[in-house]
Amino acid sequence: MLEIRNLHARVGDKEILKGIDLRVDAGEVHAVMGPNGSGKSTLAGVLAGRPEYVVTEGSVVYRGRNLLDLQPEERAREGIFLAFQYPVEIPGVNNLYFLKAALNAVRAHRGEPELDAIEFTALVRSKMSLLGMDQELLSRPVNDGFSGGEKKRNEIFQMAVLEPALAILDETDSGLDIDALKVVAGGVNALRSPDRAAVVVTHYQRLLNYIVPDQVHVLSDGRIVRSGGRGLALELEEKGYGWLAGAEDNEPARDSRLEARA
Amino acid sequence: MATKASAYLSMVERAQGSHAGEPAWLRDLRGSALAEFRRAGFPTTRHEDWRFTNVAPIGDTPFVEPPPAEVSPDEVARVLVPGVAGPVLVFVDGRFAGKLSTPAPPSGGVTLRPLADALLERPAVLEAHLGRYATVADRPFAALNTASFEDGAIVEVADAAVVEGAIQVVFLSTVTPAPAVSHPRVLVLLGRHSQARVVETFAGLGPTRGLTNAVSEFVLDEGAWLDHVRLQREPGSAFHVGRAQFHVGRAARVSSTALALGGLIARLDTVAVLAGEGADATLNGLYLADGVRLVDNHTDIDHAVPHGTSRQLYKGILDGRARGVFNGRVRVRPDAQKTDARQTNKTLLLSDDAQVNTKPQLEIFADDVKCTHGATVGQLSAEALFYLRARGIGEQDARAMLVRAFAADVTGRIGLDPLRADIDRRLASMLPGGRVAEVVA
Ligand SMILES: Nc1ncnc2c1ncn2[C@@H]1O[C@H](COP(=O)(O)OP(=O)(O)OP(=O)(O)O)[C@@H](O)[C@H]1O
Ligand SMILES: [Mg+2]
Repeated sequence: MLEIRNLHARVGDKEILKGIDLRVDAGEVHAVMGPNGSGKSTLAGVLAGRPEYVVTEGSVVYRGRNLLDLQPEERAREGIFLAFQYPVEIPGVNNLYFLKAALNAVRAHRGEPELDAIEFTALVRSKMSLLGMDQELLSRPVNDGFSGGEKKRNEIFQMAVLEPALAILDETDSGLDIDALKVVAGGVNALRSPDRAAVVVTHYQRLLNYIVPDQVHVLSDGRIVRSGGRGLALELEEKGYGWLAGAEDNEPARDSRLEARA
Repeated sequence: MATKASAYLSMVERAQGSHAGEPAWLRDLRGSALAEFRRAGFPTTRHEDWRFTNVAPIGDTPFVEPPPAEVSPDEVARVLVPGVAGPVLVFVDGRFAGKLSTPAPPSGGVTLRPLADALLERPAVLEAHLGRYATVADRPFAALNTASFEDGAIVEVADAAVVEGAIQVVFLSTVTPAPAVSHPRVLVLLGRHSQARVVETFAGLGPTRGLTNAVSEFVLDEGAWLDHVRLQREPGSAFHVGRAQFHVGRAARVSSTALALGGLIARLDTVAVLAGEGADATLNGLYLADGVRLVDNHTDIDHAVPHGTSRQLYKGILDGRARGVFNGRVRVRPDAQKTDARQTNKTLLLSDDAQVNTKPQLEIFADDVKCTHGATVGQLSAEALFYLRARGIGEQDARAMLVRAFAADVTGRIGLDPLRADIDRRLASMLPGGRVAEVVA
């Protein structure tokens, strides 16, 4: 579904991604972990088409197409969804109005008819109850004055309505209470299917108890320095990232122990 | 200065002949207005109130008096706010058009009269109020209006009356062979504890190049409530100079929204005098300009007595090489303690070449007051734009959504539902996308 090869990207003069290779097949969930500033959001942003990131080298193929040729809205219509680490407040734009415009843009692209007000309301109702989303929040402007947790929940709600093929969740679990965490995980798991995939950026292996990943990757200084199974997340939880710095060269012993556990 | 005014002066002097039958007080009022205009002439940019607005193109245009014009009821209907009940006063090129107007129902507590009728039927009321608020000293365009107005609308709302729907006053400009000038004049008197909505609409019936020089005076007696919208949507080729003057009595409340959407040069002075204790004035505005147009809003709130409240929110959207001016004057007189005044001005620049000059002008002479002001000038948020696009919304749609959201902050506060909907519709077809703030420093 997604094949990233030797991806380099910069912001301004600063190189942030320094050669990422990652392959995500349909039906899989990949977790991406790594220290603050390592480039996780940059990777997510590059995939979603954030304009300020400039790709200098490498390629990204999504469902057989060169993803980097597409505008952000085209990527979204092709089924890519980025749950933002910091969802944007948009005063004056009503949540449901916005979501309807988004859904109908995606549907039009798929050659499906627009949903009318009644069909849209029915869809919203069903997704709301699935995610325990508050009606009052939806009638407000997009994320305007939402608490941190409410914003994250709104991201997952949008995802549930848009039903993307490839969901990229950037720290959607940060700042969530345990109930909300389960809701978010439930939203992702509800979308799990053989023809969909997800990339989940997180700092906490706790989320991975609920969204069980097929693979875990550790990003450090713009590179994936380690990939493994679920056990890698547990290892990180215990030891932090320090031991991984230049791990391949310096700490073969720990490396092999890790392989054994995974 | 006076040279540019000379063509006007001769036009006004000619008009004095037709004012010969007016009562002495009115002839005096006009006489001193003419003297003031003769003294001052058209303002130049050396005049502090006109620093950023060069009206030389107005002074240089040899405007003529508009020839009589026929306007059809259909043309009027297209300008009216749909779905609003209430009387309608129509002026065509500054002249009252009785046949196109809808009188007020006799029992509704509101009387509308063209100036000529009011002079006959309500001479004392007229003498007590007309021109007493929109005074002419150092206000050359108001002086020109007072010296020249041919016709006007006099609206009286009886004590305790609650007017159904809204009173609509419509000023239409027709396309004339040579650019024409009109001086519409409105006086609205709200009795004690009365309530009314007034919508003033200025519109052109085609690509007019004339000058509309309007003055409206609103007088709110004790406890009165006025909801006012001034919709100026003349063509981008027209000149518009306007003055909306509110005299707010004890515990009276005015809420006014000025929408300045049209005009090659559009200048509006909105003045509220909080003359009675507990008076409350909300003055909001939205201004739009593109191309080489210039839109200038000057507000002036005079807290003359204690316990007054004023709120101002002015927002502008400028594209192309348009220029905007906002000057917000707030005066708090020495004994106007417990004044609470707030002013906000925000301008969205949709192009690199658009610009705005914004200036708060606070003159506070009392110590126990709350006065705040703030101004921002910005571009569309790149973050918000990306967020919308990342959900599948096309770039142009996303921009339009954000621009409309910016405007909705003002239009959303319009109390009259059908009018708000009508304006939203009009804006949707007018508003462009525009450029986005750079996020990378
Ligand atoms: N627009 C930008 N301008 C300048 N520097 C940027 C920009 N975006 C990201 N960076 C820098 O790139 C690096 C990687 O940032 P990124 O947000 O991808 O990290 P992250 O792994 O998501 O971190 P966190 O765990 O804190 O969310 C950081 O040093 C950050 O400061
Ligand atoms: Mg991040």
